[in-house]
Amino acid sequence: MSDFAAGQRVRVKADFPETRGPCHIRTPHYLRGRTGVVERALGRFANPEDLAFARPAPRRALYHVRFDQPALWQEGAVGDAVVAELFEHWLEPAGTAGRLEPAGTAGRLEPSGTAGRLEPTGTAGRLETI
Amino acid sequence: MAGAATPEHAALLERFVAALVTKGVVSEAQIADQIARTSRASPETGARMVARAWTDPAYRALMLADGSAAAEAMGVSMAGMPPLGVLEDTPAVHHVVVCTLCSCYPRAVLGYPPGWFKSSSYRARMVREPRAVLAEWGTVLADGVALRVVDSTADYRWMVLPERPAGTEGWDAARLAAIVTRDALVGVALPRA
Repeated sequence: MSDFAAGQRVRVKADFPETRGPCHIRTPHYLRGRTGVVERALGRFANPEDLAFARPAPRRALYHVRFDQPALWQEGAVGDAVVAELFEHWLEPAGTAGRLEPAGTAGRLEPSGTAGRLEPTGTAGRLETI
Repeated sequence: MAGAATPEHAALLERFVAALVTKGVVSEAQIADQIARTSRASPETGARMVARAWTDPAYRALMLADGSAAAEAMGVSMAGMPPLGVLEDTPAVHHVVVCTLCSCYPRAVLGYPPGWFKSSSYRARMVREPRAVLAEWGTVLADGVALRVVDSTADYRWMVLPERPAGTEGWDAARLAAIVTRDALVGVALPRA
């Protein structure tokens, strides 16, 4: 699992484990597929997606990640931002390629129904066994 | 949690608590103690922290580095509570707190959350159109002030350290604390002299 540094651009996985069965997710829908910037590491905490089902819950790195407000909603004031706590297993490096894409529009422009083809997060397999 | 408890709910709760006590998970005394601690907490605690931060640079530094330690320094027990994070307003940035997934709130230093904080409309609108929501409180940010909406999605609980308003020069901490309202502590309002 990557360690992310303050200032690093990250993309939230455009994953929807809700479509695969019962689960508990702490990553809001409105941020999935969106690109943000790591503000700082907040420490390591037991994964709530396991805690919710009373499974052994490994501690995972938690980050404060900032997203430009206008890119999220195609409206709002330039300079405004949303900051959320996101666990490491929902984040992937956005890299420099991310700069070439319009920030945060990737999830929105994809047709619905493609979610099933996206790579599952690490929790998906275990959820399906419930 | 909408609606009043029915006799069936009450009976279910009673049996659930009895089972927890029987299994040694929790005692009746622990439950009573936790309810008492939560009931004692109020926004006055958060307001005293802000007022002290405005008047004591060392305390301000502690509060920004470790909100839980700053709360403990004011006599609040943070044992078993989620870590407290403090969001520092500056002349360039104002913070506001929301929990879109449920209603996470820094209860240890602010007490019970108000109803609107838990409402679907606040939770949905504060991330989508925060300036419109703030305007409904009469809160309009000065030109050039960026807004940061902090969505409390996981293990931290967040409170805002607002800017000390002009016109409060020479005020002592008690007088300053009186202008720091519950709403200012989550950023939907600004302290006024």
